[in-house]
Amino acid sequence: MSELFPRKQIMGFVFSLSLTAVALAVYFLHLSFAIGMFVLVVTAFAQALLQLVVFMHAGETKDKWIIYGKVYFMITVALVTILGTLLIFLWDM
Amino acid sequence: MDFLDRFAVPNPSIAIYASMVAIGLTVVAIFAGLTYFKKWGYLWREWLTTVDHKRIGIMYLISALIMLFRGGVDAIMMRAQLAVPDNKLMDAQHYNEVFSTHGVIMLLFMAMPFIFAFMNYLVPLQIGARDVAFPRLNALSFWLFFFGAMLLNISFVVGGSPDAGWTSYFPLAGNELSPSVGTNYYMFAIQISGLGSLMTGINMITTIIKMRAPSMTLMKMPMFTWSSLVTNLIIVTVFPVLTVALAMGSMDRLFGTHFFTTTNGGMDMLWANLFWVWGHPEVYILILPAFGLYSEIISTFAGRNLYGYKSMVASMVIISALSCLVWAHHFFTMGQGPTANSFFSITTMAISVPTGVKMFNWLFTLWKGKIRFTVPMLYSIGFIPLFVIGGMTGVMLAMSAADYQYHNTMFLVAHFHNVIIPGVVFAMLAGLTYYWPKMFGFMLNERIGKWAFWLLSIGFCLAFFPMYITGLDGQARRMYTYSEATGYGALNMVSFVGAGIMAISFAIIVYNVYYSVRYSPRNISADPWDARSLEWATHTPVPEYNFAITPNVASSQAFWDTKKKGHELFSGELEKIHMPNNSGVPFIMGAIFFVWGFSFIFSLWIPAIISTIAILVCLVLRSFEVDHGRYISVKEIEETEIKLRGVN
Ligand code: HEM
Ligand SMILES: [Cu+2]
Repeated sequence: MSELFPRKQIMGFVFSLSLTAVALAVYFLHLSFAIGMFVLVVTAFAQALLQLVVFMHAGETKDKWIIYGKVYFMITVALVTILGTLLIFLWDM
Repeated sequence: MDFLDRFAVPNPSIAIYASMVAIGLTVVAIFAGLTYFKKWGYLWREWLTTVDHKRIGIMYLISALIMLFRGGVDAIMMRAQLAVPDNKLMDAQHYNEVFSTHGVIMLLFMAMPFIFAFMNYLVPLQIGARDVAFPRLNALSFWLFFFGAMLLNISFVVGGSPDAGWTSYFPLAGNELSPSVGTNYYMFAIQISGLGSLMTGINMITTIIKMRAPSMTLMKMPMFTWSSLVTNLIIVTVFPVLTVALAMGSMDRLFGTHFFTTTNGGMDMLWANLFWVWGHPEVYILILPAFGLYSEIISTFAGRNLYGYKSMVASMVIISALSCLVWAHHFFTMGQGPTANSFFSITTMAISVPTGVKMFNWLFTLWKGKIRFTVPMLYSIGFIPLFVIGGMTGVMLAMSAADYQYHNTMFLVAHFHNVIIPGVVFAMLAGLTYYWPKMFGFMLNERIGKWAFWLLSIGFCLAFFPMYITGLDGQARRMYTYSEATGYGALNMVSFVGAGIMAISFAIIVYNVYYSVRYSPRNISADPWDARSLEWATHTPVPEYNFAITPNVASSQAFWDTKKKGHELFSGELEKIHMPNNSGVPFIMGAIFFVWGFSFIFSLWIPAIISTIAILVCLVLRSFEVDHGRYISVKEIEETEIKLRGVN
């Protein structure tokens, strides 16, 4: 049965669609810029991780440490880049 | 006629018309030659469609060498223009175009393919693999690089070259201040080849993680492979930033968006920020593989194990992390406050610590070694003091307060050439000489090679050290001339002489290739340098499957163990070997990308749409293609092995 019904993938698909719907709602609900941005950033990261784990099968093989290691490194660098940019252009300009 | 006007060069000169004729004649000559010698089929079967990592490596190498000469001509033109005050050789516009193309070509189309050449050729051999993880993707990477490079190279005869510097800062690079298509060329040529680099990054990481011979643990990998792993991790981390920045820049120029404009909420400084978020790690992408090559060469010719293997690896990992934390040192003067500047000053200075560790490791490897002064070793030994000078001036530049004085002067130009030439270019020439026998089956002449080395080093010092002085005196970079009263004349003349000596040295290297092709003995062994790591354990020429039997290694010096300690590398029976099939699709896709880029550069929307669809079609077809590769039978392997062993 479980071969015919890939539960994880289908759940993932539904979840991915709802994340998209939430992100889209930001446009229609006329939220403030800060809240809208916050929602977008959170849904974007969740969406990316979901795709990675569910549909790109990260973590299903022995070498998952390098895949996750790389992902953590990338997230760290991305955050550092964003914070550094804010430091340069907002907090200390 | 209006339609054709856009392809005209905005500032034509005799030199440009002469180049057009020269390019035309060369193309005709190549076509005629290929037809006359009936080489079209050979070219297509053996090279254009190849997925063999060794051949792709050699194609990268040849492209890089050609680009080195193209960029070198630009360099000589700049030095000639600056040799005397108030020179009229070039006007300001022409000079701008020359220094912009020089920078783009040297960094992206010379240095990058050069490191990819060595990674492609060496990594699978050093880890005992049969090819890279995704051979066809590898071919696609190469062709994207190649056609991206070609796109930039036609700019000066079709439509005009980029003229906003290799950094292409906005607002200067925006439509208002750079109306010609030159900057479009910049955006699309780099975009296309950058996609290739990103793919290589993924490919190489996968290769190193998944394709190592089973006995080779990460800590038994040769140092060059380690440096490649770290480099490719940086590539995958930062190239997407470049991709996005270029896409935003292209949209500003072509579709009227306002990412980097000064009006309508755009922010021009964001380009500089994004550019250097990629740009600084990029210089480490270039230097780390160079460090890897030096490590291989120094330990071979010092006759000793590389000192401090673990600290070498650790320092590279630390460098890779720090390199993503320092980008703002390229624009200390852009107006941010002392807190931000101090932060980036400190992170920048911190990088010199792991780099220093590597320097000492090389020195300790040399210590008590029995040093053989071959050409590759001369480059490696010359590298150490010269690179240290460049690193030290780098630390001077890293002091943000002092940088207000140095920024955008010739001092900066002297600094980065001082690290790039003894760092990257020397490593490439050393690697070229060192691996030449493995690649082509004969050695380059040592005596001529030593002449080239000494002339290059002397020429380098003469060309770039004076710039430190004129820079401190206030000579700005990217200025096409200066007045007699500044007093910069004499030192700039010295620089010109130095550049001339470097040009002579490159000519000698070319002569060396010619001389060695004709006279060098062909009966050399597979291990002419008495080397240590795994890539030397296979035959010369390397069979397409690299190793008939997957090697069984015990240390990072697997081949040395075999020679000196009786370690058995190859044991077991021959088995049939699975190899990938050749494919013409990567080449064709590269060509389509060329048309795609060209159409966007000139806003030709119909071909742009058609080529976009064609690219997608290639991708879809690939997804549905079933290609299981092919097998080399045991009998074939035996025949090849006997033939190759016969030579040695
Ligand atoms: C014969 C050797 C070389 C000479 C004489 C030379 C000379 C020059 C000169 C005069 C400039 C422009 C200074 C200005 O802004 O007015 C320059 C810029 C530059 N060169 Fe070289 N160069 C040489 C080799 C190289 C190599 C091998 C590389 C790279 C691997 C390189 C990378 C660059 C870069 C990135 C710039 C900055 C371009 C810009 O900021 O617009 N050069 N070089
Ligand atoms: Cu930097």
